Amino acid sequence: MRLLTQFRRPSVLPGFWPAFSYTVLYLSLIVLIPLSAVFLKSVSSSWTHLWKVISAPEVVASYRLTFGASLVAGLISVVVGFLVAWVLVRYRFPGRALVDALVDLPFALPTAVAGIALTSLYTEHGWVGRYLAPLGIKVAFTPLGVVVALTFIGLPFVVRSVQPVLADADRELEEAASSLGATRWQIFRLVILPIVRPALFTGFALAFARALGEYGSVIFISGNLPMKTEIAPLLIVAKLEQYDYAGATAIAAVLLIASFLLLLGVNALQRRTRRFMETE
Amino acid sequence: MKRTLRMLPALMLGSVLFAAGPVKLLNVSYDPTRELYQEIDAAFAKQWKAKTGADLQIGQSHGGSGKQARSVIDGLQADVVTLALAYDIDSIAERAHLLPANWQSRLPNNSTPYTSTIVFLVRKGNPKHIKDWEDLVRPGVSVITPNPKTSGGARWSYLAAWGYALKRNNGDDKKAEDFVARLYRNVPVLDSGARGSTTTFVQRGIGDVLLDWENEASLALNELGRDKVEVVTPAISILAEPPVAVVDKVAARHGTAAVAKAYLEFLYTEEGQEIGAKNYYRPRSAQALAKYASRFPRLQFFTIDELFGGWQKAQKRHFEDGGVFDRIYLAGK
Repeated sequence: MRLLTQFRRPSVLPGFWPAFSYTVLYLSLIVLIPLSAVFLKSVSSSWTHLWKVISAPEVVASYRLTFGASLVAGLISVVVGFLVAWVLVRYRFPGRALVDALVDLPFALPTAVAGIALTSLYTEHGWVGRYLAPLGIKVAFTPLGVVVALTFIGLPFVVRSVQPVLADADRELEEAASSLGATRWQIFRLVILPIVRPALFTGFALAFARALGEYGSVIFISGNLPMKTEIAPLLIVAKLEQYDYAGATAIAAVLLIASFLLLLGVNALQRRTRRFMETE
Repeated sequence: MKRTLRMLPALMLGSVLFAAGPVKLLNVSYDPTRELYQEIDAAFAKQWKAKTGADLQIGQSHGGSGKQARSVIDGLQADVVTLALAYDIDSIAERAHLLPANWQSRLPNNSTPYTSTIVFLVRKGNPKHIKDWEDLVRPGVSVITPNPKTSGGARWSYLAAWGYALKRNNGDDKKAEDFVARLYRNVPVLDSGARGSTTTFVQRGIGDVLLDWENEASLALNELGRDKVEVVTPAISILAEPPVAVVDKVAARHGTAAVAKAYLEFLYTEEGQEIGAKNYYRPRSAQALAKYASRFPRLQFFTIDELFGGWQKAQKRHFEDGGVFDRIYLAGK
C-alpha cells in the first residue's frame, strides 16, 4: 500500500484513487482485453501453423509494403504537416479559418470515400493521373498509390500535434537569436526545431500507427495484386474469408507487436529530446 | 406442478402477444440480390397474409457472401440464408452446426431456385473483338475481375475460366492452369469485391473486359445505357448455383421454421421464378425461362460438381493458402 501511495504526487486536486482505478479499468476494457483476445486466438493454433502463415512469401511481401509505405507516408506527413502548421500559425490570410477546418477533413471522411476519390483522381484517365501517365508515373494500383492514400490519412495528425506547440513558442527567442547574429537557417535549426521536435515525433508516431492498420482507403487504390500491392490488412480479410481465424490473428499480432515496438522507440526518442531541452 | 399452473396464464398471455405481433423473418444474403429479394419479400408477405392472416415482416441483410456466413456463425439471427456459394453455407453447417450437413439435398435442384453464370461486359462496339474465353489471354487485352481470395463472385469467374480450358484441352489440368495464369497476367487490378470491380471498369474506364455475374452485367447494362457497354456471352461457361437454406436452429428458436420453409419454397413457384427472371437470374422453371428467353442467351454449361468435385474440393485446391491461385502469382514474380 505504501508502495502504491508513493507514485502519487502531491496535488491540490483530490481524487487520485478514483481517477487511477478508472484509468486502469477503462484501458483494460477498451484496449487490453480486445488486444489479448487477438493473441489468445492466434495461439489457439499450433506454432508451426502460425509460423507458416507469417513467413509465407505473400505475407512477408505485404508486411514490407505496409511498413515501407507507412514509413514513407509518415515522413512526408511530418514535412508537409509542419509546413501547414507553420503557415496556419504564423500568417494571417483570408480564408485561414477555412483552411484550418479543412485540415481535419481526412479525420471525418469515411476512409472508403477517400479511397474511391483518390483512385478516381490518380488512374490513367483521372484528373491528375492523366497528366502523370505521359511522364511514365503510375500512381493508382502501384505502391506509390498506397503511399498517396496513407499520406492523405496521416497529414492531420502531424498538423494538429505541431500547431499548438508552434503557437506557444516564444517569438522573442527568434528575434534574440537574430540580433545575436544567427543566420535564418541557424534560427530554424537551433531555435524552432528543438521546440517542435517532440510534437513532430508525436505526429509521426500517430500518422505511422494509423497508416499501418488503414484498410478502407488503401484497398481501392492499391489494386491488391499478390506479391506486389497487397497490404497486410487485406491478407487478414483474405484469411477470414477462409475461416482461418488463427492465421488472421497471427498476421494481426505481428503488426501489433511491430507497431508497439516502433511506438515505444518513438516515445523514448521523444522523452530524450525533451529531457535534453530541459537540461539546457 | 402448482408453479406450472401459476405460470400458465402468463404463458398463454405470452403466446397470444407473440402471435398478435407480426412474424419476423431475417434473410441473410449476398451483395447483388438486394433488388431481387425486395420484390420476393413483398410478394411472399402478401401471399402469406392471404393464406394465414398473419402479418409478416421480412428483414434483409446484404454483404459479401463469406462475410455474411461468418456473421451467421458468430450469431447473426438468420432464419434463412441465401448466399453466393454452397461452400459458405457448408461452413455454417460445419462450424456452427446450425443446420444439418445434408442441407443442400432438402430442396429441389441442389437448393438453388435460380442459377446464373459468368459473362463478359465489354466497351461499346467491342473494340478488342472479345468473343470467347480464348480472347481474354491475348496480349494487350486487359481483364477486370476481383480477387478470388476475398470475393465469392471472383471464385466463380476463376473456375469458369479453368473449366473452359479443361473442356478445350480434353481435361488437361496443366494446360488449364497455364491458361488461367495467362489470364491473370492480363489483370491490372484485383478489387476486393464485385462492386469494386464494376466501379473500376465502368466509372474509371480501366480494362477492356469485366468478368461478371450475368445478373450484375445485365443490371449494369440497364443502368449505364447500351451506348456505353455491351454484354458478351461466351459459348461455354459455368453454371453458378447460389443456394438457399433454412437455418434450422435459429428458425426453431424463433418459431419460424414453417414460414421460413414456405418462404424458400415460394422461390420455386411460378410467381417466384418469374420475379427471379425479371431480375436476370436464370429460372429453373421452363415456363418462366421461355417467357423471358430474350434475356438469357443459350450457352453450354458445366457445373462445379462435374469438373471440380464440389465446392469443398475446389476451395481447398485453388483458393486456400498455398493453393493454385497463390502459385500463379508466386510463379509470375
